[in-house]
Amino acid sequence: MKSKDSKSVSNNNSEKKAILSVVYIFVGLFVLMMGYFTYFLLVKRDDVVNSTYNLRHDVLSKRIIRGKILSSDGKVLAETITDDEGNEIRAYPYKDMYANVVGRVARGRTGIEEVENITLLTTYSKSPDAMYNDLVGVKNPGNNVVSTLNHKLTKLAYDALGNDRGAVVVIEPKTGKILTMVSKPSYDPNEIEYNWDKLTEDIDNKSPLLNRASQGLYPPGSTFKLLTALAYMRDNPDYMDYEYKCVGHTEYDGMRISCSGNKVHGRLDLKQAFAKSCNSSFSSIGKNISIDDFRSLSESFFFNQPLPARVVNNPSSFLLKVGESGVKEAMQTAIGQGRTLITPLHNAMITAAVANDGVIMKPYVIDHIESAGGRILKGYIPEEASRVMTVKEANYLKSLMRAVVTEGTAKRLQKLDVKVAGKTGTAETEGATSHAWFVGFAPLNDPEIVISVIVENKGSGSEYAVPIAEKIFDAYFD
Amino acid sequence: MNFIVELTKYLMLLLVGLYTYYSFRVFVKRNKAYQDKAYRLMTWFLFVFHFTGYFTMYLQIRNDKLLILYFSQALMFFLAIHLYKIIYPGISGLLLRNMLMLLSVGFIILTRISFDKAVRHVIFSGLALGLGILVPLVIQRYNKIREYGWVYGIGGIGLLVLVLLIGVENYGAKSWLNVFNLFTIHPTEFVKILFVFSIASLFTKAKDIKMVLVVSVMAGAMVLTLVFQKDLGGALIFFVTYVFMLYVATQKPLYLLFGLSAASLAAWVAYRLFDHVKVRVVAWKNPFAYIDKEGYQISQSLFAIGTGGWFGLGLFQGLPTSIPVVDSDFIFSAISEELGGLFALCIILLYINCFISLIDVSLKNSDDFFRLLALGFSVMFGFQVFLSIGGVIKFIPSTGVTLPFISSGGSSIISTIIMFMVVQGIYQVSDSKK
Repeated sequence: MKSKDSKSVSNNNSEKKAILSVVYIFVGLFVLMMGYFTYFLLVKRDDVVNSTYNLRHDVLSKRIIRGKILSSDGKVLAETITDDEGNEIRAYPYKDMYANVVGRVARGRTGIEEVENITLLTTYSKSPDAMYNDLVGVKNPGNNVVSTLNHKLTKLAYDALGNDRGAVVVIEPKTGKILTMVSKPSYDPNEIEYNWDKLTEDIDNKSPLLNRASQGLYPPGSTFKLLTALAYMRDNPDYMDYEYKCVGHTEYDGMRISCSGNKVHGRLDLKQAFAKSCNSSFSSIGKNISIDDFRSLSESFFFNQPLPARVVNNPSSFLLKVGESGVKEAMQTAIGQGRTLITPLHNAMITAAVANDGVIMKPYVIDHIESAGGRILKGYIPEEASRVMTVKEANYLKSLMRAVVTEGTAKRLQKLDVKVAGKTGTAETEGATSHAWFVGFAPLNDPEIVISVIVENKGSGSEYAVPIAEKIFDAYFD
Repeated sequence: MNFIVELTKYLMLLLVGLYTYYSFRVFVKRNKAYQDKAYRLMTWFLFVFHFTGYFTMYLQIRNDKLLILYFSQALMFFLAIHLYKIIYPGISGLLLRNMLMLLSVGFIILTRISFDKAVRHVIFSGLALGLGILVPLVIQRYNKIREYGWVYGIGGIGLLVLVLLIGVENYGAKSWLNVFNLFTIHPTEFVKILFVFSIASLFTKAKDIKMVLVVSVMAGAMVLTLVFQKDLGGALIFFVTYVFMLYVATQKPLYLLFGLSAASLAAWVAYRLFDHVKVRVVAWKNPFAYIDKEGYQISQSLFAIGTGGWFGLGLFQGLPTSIPVVDSDFIFSAISEELGGLFALCIILLYINCFISLIDVSLKNSDDFFRLLALGFSVMFGFQVFLSIGGVIKFIPSTGVTLPFISSGGSSIISTIIMFMVVQGIYQVSDSKK
């Protein structure tokens, strides 16, 4: 009897231990869960809440007056005003000038209005005033977003494009700051409700809702010769000895590639071929190029992937591929035709790599966030996207681009006070007038800005894109 | 008015916070006088909290039906606290109050989401609390209940198979019975009780390898039936409850290890084989990538919790109804959205408090059957809370189980209250023996 009793007691004890271990396991699980919940609210919350799918943004807008979006030189690009009847209206003083980048609120948020939606609907509410307002139901002002956009340059680019379709991008190569991003035709976000049906129907195919600067895909034309030249340099260490005799055209297997206006360029080195944008010599480079190397080079420059930029963008495409593409396509690709497509923003980034000693900085449009009272709450820091070439390579490409201005297709930029370097392009399009391209930077020795211009279906780059860049350079270095 | 909604929001957080504080305080301070004082305070916090919640809502929607709802609940709480104490002086005042506190949170948030659902919830809670009065009596008086292990087990399987045959589908699981087209019941909730009773009874009789095998087959049959009903959450709860009961009954950690690895293996196989399992995992891994379909519910839930932040948007200030099934499986997100993340953390702490109180009854009882019974219900309750909250905050894949006491659902509330009352009955027995 006694022995049975003691057995039951020991049994009881080990069972107690078992039960206690169950307690530890479960309490442990709960503590982990609470930890995750806290982590979610502390860290992950902001990203989740800012999602455009979150219907609660409208709830917040009942409590807060949406903040302003400002240009870097202090101009109001978007603000919420109250009309005589007490209705809140989102106003865009510059109408269609900034619609592609500042965006809109109605009919689906876009642009900065989308990306910084929660910022604009959040108040810096540490002050007793703000808390008091909250309690008595008076709306607090939301935070303001200060963009990197420069109004002076933007207005100039906008006017320079005139009634043509196209885009102008101006960025700072050293930081990635986007100073100007104009796309034409645009739309007036003040009238969006009124014009929505017409805009979405887009009868005349002008796509005013498309931000051509970062989403429009164009054949790069001769601006692509930058990458072809770099590919040639990497494949041929003796590139300084390059020599080609241009007879105005070249032929391969029944395909004929002509120089612009069938011009005979004669004997050329690489710099001259680049400066004069000689199609014959560059397509010959393409004939002998390693397609694999060419493709991996272009992909290291962010083709076939979303750009490392803090603005909505479409990926550019480089489709030349071993096994799929023949020599003919390689030759076309080398002069920027073929199936390659690029956005004006992307072209600006490639140019910025040359200007910034081979390093691409992530382009961005939001400089900092400040409270309604002007207190800086959060600043965006420039961030390196990638080093895409060596300083030596960058310097050589710089000298090629400088030659374009001194002896090539962009001579008219020589009369500017500042030393400019660049590359023109005339992208052929099937059955329509060519697109005019120009990419370039200045000053040559310490580049401050990079410009990328495209004018759709207008003609040659020298004639139609270079003058727009000229105005901007002139105004910036005035 | 905004003023008051803002103010009451903080007041409600304060009250729940104080309540939670005292609920843990009484664990540490075991002297009777202090505990009685603490319970009195907690009762106050409960009633003031409940009043504040309805006051805030009434101010905003001015519907007089709200007053009726409020007073019937207040009366229910009043009767529950006093009648239970008179009839069973020895039951745990802490568990009783926790139960009512969680019920009151449920009443408030359900009223905010859907008035009709709240009315149903109040009626079923009232019924369950009335019925619950009998439970401790049955537990204490009828010693024979410990002898019908096989009856409970076979009855449970029978009921589940019946549902599989003639049940109706609801929220993707075929686990509901239609009763004369009047209402649907969720028999799994009641089989839970039979399940724990059956295992406790059988393992009290014998714990040899033969018995372990036979009981495992029976438990496995129930789990499989639930899997066939596509009730993943239910299957998991039954399985985990069984594994832990088996472990405590035999005290062999190997069973626990074996059971949990078998569960992991089964989960992996289910993930590979069944689309409805895969969908849950996909939605859990990256809900925002599948926001239009699989991830919609969990994304909405995270938006709600995130937008609510630490202090919440206030009652009627958020959009909890944008979350599908918010009144039932996803009610925790609604609480977090409108009453705040800190409030929600207090609720988790209260559930932990309940779990510890329940399992403490098991720890202190000297009767094998009662000990195992209390343990089974503790684990069942704790794990269900974990699955429910973990699922809506994206800690684990969502399995679609209700949050005890708070989620709407008659079967769920009745079965949970019965479980609590069974444990209360056991508590009083062990208490009176002392």
